[in-house]
Amino acid sequence: MDRAQVDAKIRELAAPFNKKGVTITEETTFANDLEFDSLTVMDFVAEIEDEFDIIISMNQQAEIENYGQLVDAVTKLQAN
Amino acid sequence: MSEGIIQPDQPETIEGEGSDLFSKFDDVIALREGLLASGQEDPFNLVMEKVLSPTRAICNGRDTILLGTYNYMGMTFDPDVVEAGKQALADFGSGTTGSRVLNGTYQGHKEVEQALMDFYGMDHAMVFSTGYQANLGIISTIAGKGDYVILDIDSHASIWDGCAMGNAEVVPFKHNDIEAMEKRLRRIPEGAGKLVVLEGVYSMLGDVAPLKEMVAIAKKYGAMVLVDEAHSMGFIGENGRGVVETAGVMDDVDFIIGTFSKSVGTVGGFCVSNHPKFEIMRLVCRPYVFTASLPPSVVATAETSIRKLMHGSNKRAHLWENSRNLHKGLKDLGFTLGTDEPQSAIIAVIMPDLEKGAAMWEALIKGGLYVNLARPPATPANMTLLRCSLCAEHSEEEVGEILSIFEQAGKEVGII
Repeated sequence: MDRAQVDAKIRELAAPFNKKGVTITEETTFANDLEFDSLTVMDFVAEIEDEFDIIISMNQQAEIENYGQLVDAVTKLQAN
Repeated sequence: MSEGIIQPDQPETIEGEGSDLFSKFDDVIALREGLLASGQEDPFNLVMEKVLSPTRAICNGRDTILLGTYNYMGMTFDPDVVEAGKQALADFGSGTTGSRVLNGTYQGHKEVEQALMDFYGMDHAMVFSTGYQANLGIISTIAGKGDYVILDIDSHASIWDGCAMGNAEVVPFKHNDIEAMEKRLRRIPEGAGKLVVLEGVYSMLGDVAPLKEMVAIAKKYGAMVLVDEAHSMGFIGENGRGVVETAGVMDDVDFIIGTFSKSVGTVGGFCVSNHPKFEIMRLVCRPYVFTASLPPSVVATAETSIRKLMHGSNKRAHLWENSRNLHKGLKDLGFTLGTDEPQSAIIAVIMPDLEKGAAMWEALIKGGLYVNLARPPATPANMTLLRCSLCAEHSEEEVGEILSIFEQAGKEVGII
């Protein structure tokens, strides 16, 4: 899958968690803009992991602050 | 101040005045102040002026039933245990003033480790100064950079901190979800070191892990397994060895972590294992090496208590009775509980919110009952809980008394 396809898929997965209907851009942050708490993060990450059959460890999650970084990370992980 | 320079040493306007390294705690300070401003008695600042028995104390001036001390087997006032401590204090002094690997290993430390090997029927036992340090030390030492730790999302802080200290890749899975655990194990790169960390009893809701299934899956994927049995030792299993014993997986787990601060009735932590190379831990595990060992009186009380717990089947049976009675009683009164059936000696009563939870806690303490108030972020799903931990020394009548205090407080606060 290329980056655009990964982006589209993650957008789809993020929709149910985006309770306030925030417009998601590359710079949208999970903690501040989307107000994800730790439980939401866990469920959201689990959905992505299952969809792409990858692991995003907590260590990797700590490096991801905004949406663009997430798409980059998943694009890279699923290519391996 | 430097001389001969036109500018002062310090910039004249200080950016972010009024803020310093403590500013990050402002939210917690505000939350706490808000809670106490309503005249609420501070749930996190209780003082026990006098402890009368494993189940009774004078708290903030009131005679109080203790239902939140994890003193499951009531060993803290056992005459043999107390006597052993006194004797060791007289014979070996008040402290070791040294690390286990230097001058801090006394006869008593070897004896308590032998008692643990006998208790669990395992080849090796290593005693730490606290249970927190046992998890911190073992996990951080065996799972290093490039290794993977697969753990339940509701794991205790000491487990998380062990993961962080060891720099391993941390992969959490949904609480007690066998399938979620397997999926993650399956995706770990081939050849990577894997450690699965589970708890026998999870202390927040008092629920038990499906260890039989989980340990089998961990083994299938070639992972080592560590089980924290802090909340089950002495009570769960025919010999009190924990959920691993009931689940029949004693031989399949690589490490059992436990504590002396609950059923054993003093302080300290340990790890038991059958791994042939286990003894090297004593030299490479930093939270074991770089701290003073337990005082002689503590290891003496622990050893005596552990040996007595081996023969504690009557007490175990009574504690189960207490757990069933309290669970049923609270359920009948209309409280929402953490588990449908009693699974351990912890019964968690779920509160609608923090405010009601704090009010309920206060009504209970004023009625003469101490329980733990647990609140986010320590709790799963951001719940506010009143955590009750039963003791084998609670009498049937006391459980009845506990229920009537709960009933009155619940009505007062409007929860039932």
